[in-house]
Amino acid sequence: MTDEAPVLLELRGASKRFVKPLDLVDRVSRLLGASVHAETVHAVENVDLQVRQGEIVGLVGESGCGKSTLGRLVAGLHTLSAGSRAWRGADYSGPQARLAGTAVLPIQMIFQDPYASINPRMRVLDIVGEAPVAHGLVPAREQRELVASLLQQVGLDGSVLMRFPHQFSGGQRARVGIARALAVRPEFLVCDEAVAALDVSIQAQVLKVFLQLRERLRLTYLFISHDLGVVRYLSDRVVIMYLGRVVESAPADELFGHPNHPYTLGLLRAEPGLEARKRRFIPIQGEIPSPLNPPKGCHFHPRCEHAQARCREQAPPLREIAPGHHSACHLNG
Amino acid sequence: MDRSAPSPNDGAPVLDVRGLTTEIASRQGVLRPVDDVGFSLHAGEVMGLVGESGCGKSMTAYSLIGLLDPPARIVAGSVRLRGQELVGADEETLRQVRGNRVAMIFQDPMMTLNPVLRIDTQMIEAILAHRPMPHEQARTLCRQALERVGIASAEQRLRSYPHQFSGGMRQRVAIAIALLNQPDLIICDEPTTALDVTIQSQILHEMQGLCEETGTALLWITHDLSVVAGLADRMCVMYAGRVVELGTTSRVLTRPRHPYTRALLASAPARHARGQVLSQIGGQPPSLARLPPGCAFAPRCERAGADCAQLPVLRRVVEGEVRCHRPVGEDAVVRGGAEHP
Repeated sequence: MTDEAPVLLELRGASKRFVKPLDLVDRVSRLLGASVHAETVHAVENVDLQVRQGEIVGLVGESGCGKSTLGRLVAGLHTLSAGSRAWRGADYSGPQARLAGTAVLPIQMIFQDPYASINPRMRVLDIVGEAPVAHGLVPAREQRELVASLLQQVGLDGSVLMRFPHQFSGGQRARVGIARALAVRPEFLVCDEAVAALDVSIQAQVLKVFLQLRERLRLTYLFISHDLGVVRYLSDRVVIMYLGRVVESAPADELFGHPNHPYTLGLLRAEPGLEARKRRFIPIQGEIPSPLNPPKGCHFHPRCEHAQARCREQAPPLREIAPGHHSACHLNG
Repeated sequence: MDRSAPSPNDGAPVLDVRGLTTEIASRQGVLRPVDDVGFSLHAGEVMGLVGESGCGKSMTAYSLIGLLDPPARIVAGSVRLRGQELVGADEETLRQVRGNRVAMIFQDPMMTLNPVLRIDTQMIEAILAHRPMPHEQARTLCRQALERVGIASAEQRLRSYPHQFSGGMRQRVAIAIALLNQPDLIICDEPTTALDVTIQSQILHEMQGLCEETGTALLWITHDLSVVAGLADRMCVMYAGRVVELGTTSRVLTRPRHPYTRALLASAPARHARGQVLSQIGGQPPSLARLPPGCAFAPRCERAGADCAQLPVLRRVVEGEVRCHRPVGEDAVVRGGAEHP
């Protein structure tokens, strides 16, 4: 994507903390002098993100790294704990801005489990058609035609209008989820593991739908996935997260061609490829630490083979190491 | 890869499956999730059993060790474990086989582990059920098994409950339990599907090492071709309950002969350059209740013709077998390049 394309979405220093409040027992024991603290999860910490019009940004990380929370922050489903977010330059950080509708309709979300995110007692006509009518985008009498044309766009037959979700296969349900997101004419789609639950042949069909829609409707995507193969195939730019922080971001070819951060390198090495030869799997040691109690300094240092004294004390900032290529590692100087 | 793993009787397969057929009587008629499945596995060998959801790969695994509940039942075929017939064997014989000579690892380790019992209780029980020995000795074996799968401070971890482990650690415990009685065969049903890629890589690393060390044969069931690519010596592709292709992993991945295998490989995003149109298989996998006559893949197959209304038999090809009337040519290479960068 060219740099001239306007910035659609911008996060600045976005953070999200979840606090488990003290219950009665904790508060009493605290009064009695016990050292009890409210538990805080830093799900997303100080993330800057810019998405330009027409871009597909892939967001990669392991479970618990905060990628879904970041997606929900972008879609406005969570409030920010700190920082700001802007849609086409207009701030929508506060809950009021969300209610006022600044960025509610243009940003839509597609969820991983199409069965859990669709009301099983509603017919497809209502699942897809409810929002555009409620928001006054189309009069109620045109709902049927609108839904039929939306279904056609995602490759479903118009004859399924009166069906319930359980009457569809997994791939078809995923398409219903996409059609529902498209119903309010969004410009930006947040796809949270949207193809993770699908078989590979069905996944290919859905990915194709995403690419076609991008061409036809000029959509912009934030594509959240743990699957490097899918992200490599789809994305223009890739952002890697680890335990709430962005550790590396770069254009896709640059990132897969010249990965910089030790975590990215480890991820790429751990990814099983389709080369038809037996190979040694070279794992990253250890597991992702609990976000309740993240390690000091660089979050990755307990698993990093290059960790030095500095990594244990100081969190490395994101630094530009090549044009458009940012990495957060002390090894870069 | 050099295979100098110790095995008591080299040459004869550890597991020999022939014509295995399982049926389920249901309201929609008799379904056949496993239809004439056959393969064999030697000591120290890793076989990948691959297919999309609903193709019968898990049902095959359950059928092998008689874990079927009515109305599912084996109606034909034989499963020989080191020569011993398991189809039709009584429950007592199967009990002696399961967890002892054949171990199974499931996708969700919580299916294997009892959530209200400590790890040591469960592990010791698994040993004592098959091999009487002093309690302390069994405990030592358990600790060694945990250490072997890379669990630190094993003595302390033995006294933990399953919920105190992370997902990856829990799967390691399940693997440790599978290894306890030095089985001839371990059946793994999507053991790394629920895990993160770095943890998956750790588990694959452990399994690879352990099987080479002990000469245990491994049947690895997965929908993920890329896992099989790096792990398995041979692979077996299933579609709608039938084996459609069988062969060495390198041959199947680089020169697939069955149109389904070829299409499956071609639809993996890893094979494509960015933005290149993904090749896809049109349509849906068929429902077992409404299988087309003849080849089940024919309605989605671009090579299908009139002869495909007859069910093809498995026939020999170079480095394997294929069930197709019109197999892809010997020299055809998968689109998108056989080697990906």
